[in-house]
Amino acid sequence: MSYLPYGVAIWIFLVGLYGLITSRNFVHLIICLSVVQSSTYVLLAAIGYRTGSAAPIFADIPQGTPAVDPVVQALMLTDIVVEVTVVALLLALAVQTHKRHGTVDPDKLRALRG
Amino acid sequence: MNILPPLAVALPLSAAALLAGLNRHIGRRISSLAAIAVAAATLWISIELLIRSIPNTIVYWFGNWQPRHGIALGISFVIDPAGAAMASIAGLLTLAALIFSSKYFDSIGTLFHVLMLVFLGAMSGFALTGDLFNLFVFFELMSAAAYGLCGYKTEEPAPVQGALNFAVTNTVGCYFMLTGIGLVYARTGALNLAQIGHALDQGGPDPLVIAAFTFMACGFFVKAAVVPFHFWLADAHAVAPTPVCVLYSGIMVELAVYAVARVYWTAFSGAFASGTQPLRALLVTMGIATALVGGGMCFGQRNLKRLLAFSTISHVGLMAIGFGFLDVHGLAGALLQILGHAGAKSGLFLCAGIILHRCRTVDEMELKGKTRNLPFTMGALVVAAAALGGSPLSGISVGDTMLESAARHEGYGWIVWVSTAADVLTSAAIFRFAARTYANLGPAQAREPEQPQKTEEKPETDKGSQDTPAVMFIPAALLTVASLLLGVSQGLQRFMVTAAGRFEDHAGYVRRVLDNVPVSLPVAATVPHEDMLHGVVTVGIAFALGVVFLVWERGRKSLTAVARPVMLVRDLHSGHVGDYVTWVVFGIAAFGAAALLSLR
Repeated sequence: MSYLPYGVAIWIFLVGLYGLITSRNFVHLIICLSVVQSSTYVLLAAIGYRTGSAAPIFADIPQGTPAVDPVVQALMLTDIVVEVTVVALLLALAVQTHKRHGTVDPDKLRALRG
Repeated sequence: MNILPPLAVALPLSAAALLAGLNRHIGRRISSLAAIAVAAATLWISIELLIRSIPNTIVYWFGNWQPRHGIALGISFVIDPAGAAMASIAGLLTLAALIFSSKYFDSIGTLFHVLMLVFLGAMSGFALTGDLFNLFVFFELMSAAAYGLCGYKTEEPAPVQGALNFAVTNTVGCYFMLTGIGLVYARTGALNLAQIGHALDQGGPDPLVIAAFTFMACGFFVKAAVVPFHFWLADAHAVAPTPVCVLYSGIMVELAVYAVARVYWTAFSGAFASGTQPLRALLVTMGIATALVGGGMCFGQRNLKRLLAFSTISHVGLMAIGFGFLDVHGLAGALLQILGHAGAKSGLFLCAGIILHRCRTVDEMELKGKTRNLPFTMGALVVAAAALGGSPLSGISVGDTMLESAARHEGYGWIVWVSTAADVLTSAAIFRFAARTYANLGPAQAREPEQPQKTEEKPETDKGSQDTPAVMFIPAALLTVASLLLGVSQGLQRFMVTAAGRFEDHAGYVRRVLDNVPVSLPVAATVPHEDMLHGVVTVGIAFALGVVFLVWERGRKSLTAVARPVMLVRDLHSGHVGDYVTWVVFGIAAFGAAALLSLR
């Protein structure tokens, strides 16, 4: 089992965080959030992977064939569904930000301080 | 098979779906009444579950997928008295908030009720579940409903920014948590908390387990607003509709502390058994920082809702300390604090809502001398402030007593100074608000450094009102009185000690879930004796501090020296979401490094 996927997951996570912290545009910032999220897909896929195993569709493979872990794939699907909702909500808020503040730059929002 | 456990979640969620579907066909009054009825029914279910869980922890397997040979296959709800109590608080506060808001918003649509019911269903599920991934999903659902409610007034600038800060910061926390869950699954191959605990018991605290715990605990700490993850909370509270603040402050952030405790005691306590001392030091340190930063910031606010938000942070610090002691009395203290704080803080937020309804603002300076026509509301506000400051026999006070008993036992006897400081600062700030706005004390002009804090808050009701509807005042008064008198009966304290004992019984939990062995009932609990004088002195000092501050405020120069460090901390609360995420990353790195160095 290679450590490469785990390294990739960490790298994607950090790149996304860097984008989040330095972002000057809310739409960009929200997409960076999805980048951070993608790292969890890589992590989960790497955890469930078994070298040389079949896909976990048990209808057309003989009994006893080793298969990759279906649980993490279920987790990933749930994760995708949940996060699509959150990202959609956030993008709607970004649109509202543009309407109310006239900008999507976090540096220029000054309604809340202290 | 018993149908109640799934119903605690299914009822509010399906009612929410139904209301959303009928959105265009029913009026505001009907949807409001329906939502109140559903919240009341959910509250009844939670209380019924609480009563049934006392003799033995309830384990419900969805689809009746029972464990085979000690391996959990299905998804379970595991309901012990502590979890059912949290679900009951969620139900009660949702009910109060819905009753309060029935007259409050003149122009809200059905969607407000839909979101409130989704919020309630998610919180119930979160409190009752026994499955780690299920916990994450309910956490996300709860968060999504909370983001929506926070930005409910989308036609104004501040709520949009507050909701964005809230949502982005918390979502980052969620991803850290999910990463932690992935790591735990990689190690144990299980998602059931009991199964994970059983698997982790075999090994010690190796780096992978420490990293998983760090990610999970810190993900929850973002929601719990523990320093340095707390920045979003004040922004969200300042802009969210006031009835929603009741749920945020009263139960949502507390549920996150509860979840850290739940995950620790079910899954990790076996693996960390050798490292209890350093972990206790780490958790208590974070709690102390939270209690003091929250208290100091609270006293520096002039917007009542923001002030109450920081006081929530301060009290969450005390709850985190209580859990952080990792013993029975500490957790019982934290549970009592949660209960007492839920009542007092909800009462305070509902009073703030009434002030906003009547006076069109909650800014302390603008309101100077203008709440004279609200004697009952201001009276309730002051009484709730006393309950929050730990007046004798209040829930906070007996919680503090329990906390201090745990502190002495673990060698942290000096923690009494921290809890007293937090109680004094948070209630003094409210006394000061009352003294300035009702008794017209203090100078007319604000000191200069406070200026940038002024936020433009639009009233939440359509037109200025001359009277306070009973549906707004009665929930506020009842919750306040409940919090004020929680400590009268020692039975409640004994109940919390036994509930905490059951909660922390790791081996008993694992056996109950995996092998269906009934939990052993503890012998009668002992309850530390409450020192009445301490409560009287605390509230007295808080009251004096609040009033004396207003008199001192005339001599500006003497104050600036005191205020400078507070200003430095305040400047960190920049309202910039990138800064908040930076703090989250810093906090997780610091927590992880400390845990790795001390637990290895």
